[in-house]
Amino acid sequence: MHIIEDGNAAAALGVKLAGAQVIAAYPITPQTPLTEKLSEFIESGEMKAQYVPVESEHSALAACIAASSTGARAFTATSANGLLYMHEQIHWAAGARLPIVMCVVNRAVGAPWNIWNDHQDSISQRDTGWIQMYACDHQQIIDGVLKAFALAEAVSIPVMLCYDGYLLSHTYMPFEVPEEEKIARFLKPFAPAYALDPDDPANLNTVTLPDVRVDVNGETAHGYMEIRYLLQEDHRAALTVAQEIEDRFTEVFGRGDDALLEPYRCEDAEYVVVGLGSLTYQLHDVVDTLRAEGFKIGVLGVRLYRPFPSEALAEALTGVQEVIVIEKALSYGYEGALCSDLKAALCGRQPTVTGMIAGIGGREIRTADLTDTLRAHVRGAPDEDPGWIGIRL
Amino acid sequence: MAAKTTILTLPKEEFVHPGNRACTGCGLSIAYRVGLKALGPDTILVVPPSCLTVLQGLFPVASTKLPCLNVTFASTAAAATGVREALKAQGRDHTRVVAWAGDGGTADIGIQALSGAAERGDDFLFICYDNEGYMNTGVQRSGTTPQGAITTNTPLKGKQQRKKDVPAIMTAHGIDYVATTSAAYPLDLYDKINKAIALQGTKYIHIHTPCPPGWGYEPRYSIKIGRLAVETGYYDLYEVEKGAFRLTGASEKLLEKQQLVPVRDYLQSQARFRVLTEDQIAELQAQIDAKWAMYYQGT
Repeated sequence: MHIIEDGNAAAALGVKLAGAQVIAAYPITPQTPLTEKLSEFIESGEMKAQYVPVESEHSALAACIAASSTGARAFTATSANGLLYMHEQIHWAAGARLPIVMCVVNRAVGAPWNIWNDHQDSISQRDTGWIQMYACDHQQIIDGVLKAFALAEAVSIPVMLCYDGYLLSHTYMPFEVPEEEKIARFLKPFAPAYALDPDDPANLNTVTLPDVRVDVNGETAHGYMEIRYLLQEDHRAALTVAQEIEDRFTEVFGRGDDALLEPYRCEDAEYVVVGLGSLTYQLHDVVDTLRAEGFKIGVLGVRLYRPFPSEALAEALTGVQEVIVIEKALSYGYEGALCSDLKAALCGRQPTVTGMIAGIGGREIRTADLTDTLRAHVRGAPDEDPGWIGIRL
Repeated sequence: MAAKTTILTLPKEEFVHPGNRACTGCGLSIAYRVGLKALGPDTILVVPPSCLTVLQGLFPVASTKLPCLNVTFASTAAAATGVREALKAQGRDHTRVVAWAGDGGTADIGIQALSGAAERGDDFLFICYDNEGYMNTGVQRSGTTPQGAITTNTPLKGKQQRKKDVPAIMTAHGIDYVATTSAAYPLDLYDKINKAIALQGTKYIHIHTPCPPGWGYEPRYSIKIGRLAVETGYYDLYEVEKGAFRLTGASEKLLEKQQLVPVRDYLQSQARFRVLTEDQIAELQAQIDAKWAMYYQGT
């Protein structure tokens, strides 16, 4: 069924179809319409789930962590400072290997206060152990929620599905709603590795020593370092699992493609622009213009940012002369995190990597500005203001 | 209240293994052992960092025979909510959900989540064991450390501020059951937990738990000191059921006797009160006498 709705509604419909059992959330702009929609689904009886209107984001994720530990499929959503307030819990959820799904409706973080879109919130949570997916349109949001639960539960790692505040959350576009009767073929009921159960008591997340330790049966149990090593191993394995899930989704619903990367006009490209989220779709127009002018340029969207698809990127960028990364976040004191990650993935290979920053705090990224900046850059003109597109000092 | 439990009718089944990591004479270990007997086997526990984390043991060994979720410091009550909601979603409504936190995890860092859960009326029992300081990290002051007590961050003058009255804060939330009890009165503790756990909604029990290293006394005096706190009228045992306050157990008996042990006896039993002046002791005695004068009048 095709419908026209906003991005938050697409996410809410995805959560309903995924059969989340416990939802805990605290309101923050621009996430609020998503949780309002879920409250409505649940109060009207359209969706069977427990909704907890918690008193903070820290408690939102606490409730999800506990619910997931008790065997329920759990969901939350937030933005910006709400995500930062969760930070301790974000690490905890990954360390405890709980397949929680969280929508991050990307927004700039304070100070100063700013409610508009950039990626500083989710990028700053890069190293917490969560999987991060970035959606470019409403179809990728609604389908992404289902894929996020499938992936999280397959590898026992929580997933953030990130999408741009306002640009996606509050804009309307048509998308296909996955058929309810097909969901069961794609997403099995949640079967946790183990859950809190009085019939089989266990003490979860207890103090774990630096070294391995023998249990009461004489078997050697992991130390903290082994537990963290396995998180890294499973993260890397998730690159393959994500593609398997994408393929299964395509088989059931008839759409889907590459779970890791989304190239556009990259064949024979000498220049490739790399980015995250809706910006990469805006760049399609820029590339069309520049191609028409004779420039060999393409766009490569990174759909899965953690685990980082380093090998797929290196392969996709083979033969490219220069990569230009445009980001809505940065690691202050250095450069954009995606730019650094990409340089590491391409270390010792051909393409040079140039980093640019755009759209911080919702600064409008005009297609004409992108086109002019990239045209000038590709022509070899010295960048007037290296890095910051649209800055006005 | 149902028939009072006696030492003869207390269930024999143990849910805490011997040989756990509690200190000798630990008030918490008494409260935990007896409290879990009241809760029984169909219970899920939620525990933040505290002495209880240590008591429960190091992975892969556990000293508690009940499922337990260790959670972050500030999140205890919200986590208990999450367990309850997950149980509801799965139709496992019979299982009891109990948060068991220290005074720091309740009165200080945990109070936002606790207040939120109580306002929502989420269905679980929150137990605060109050050893009146951050004992697990080496005896720092908390919101419930009493005035005048020496801690490692009130090292010379003692804490200048009054103890935060958490049961009163919980009562102000309008929840159906708030009670105070003490590790020195295990049967009172047993009966109150037993009563609370049968009720719906958020329930709160505050347990005074003497702490030999934190309070500065020999481990063999834990029960004696816990009882002195009650007999001096310094710490009161009571229940607030649907807003109705009544003294219970040993405190109720003090109402009849109208004869409190001087608070000096309690204060002088512990090294942490060693810098209290005569004036401060007299002032504290006056505060206690005024409080009890109101109790005697039935107000």
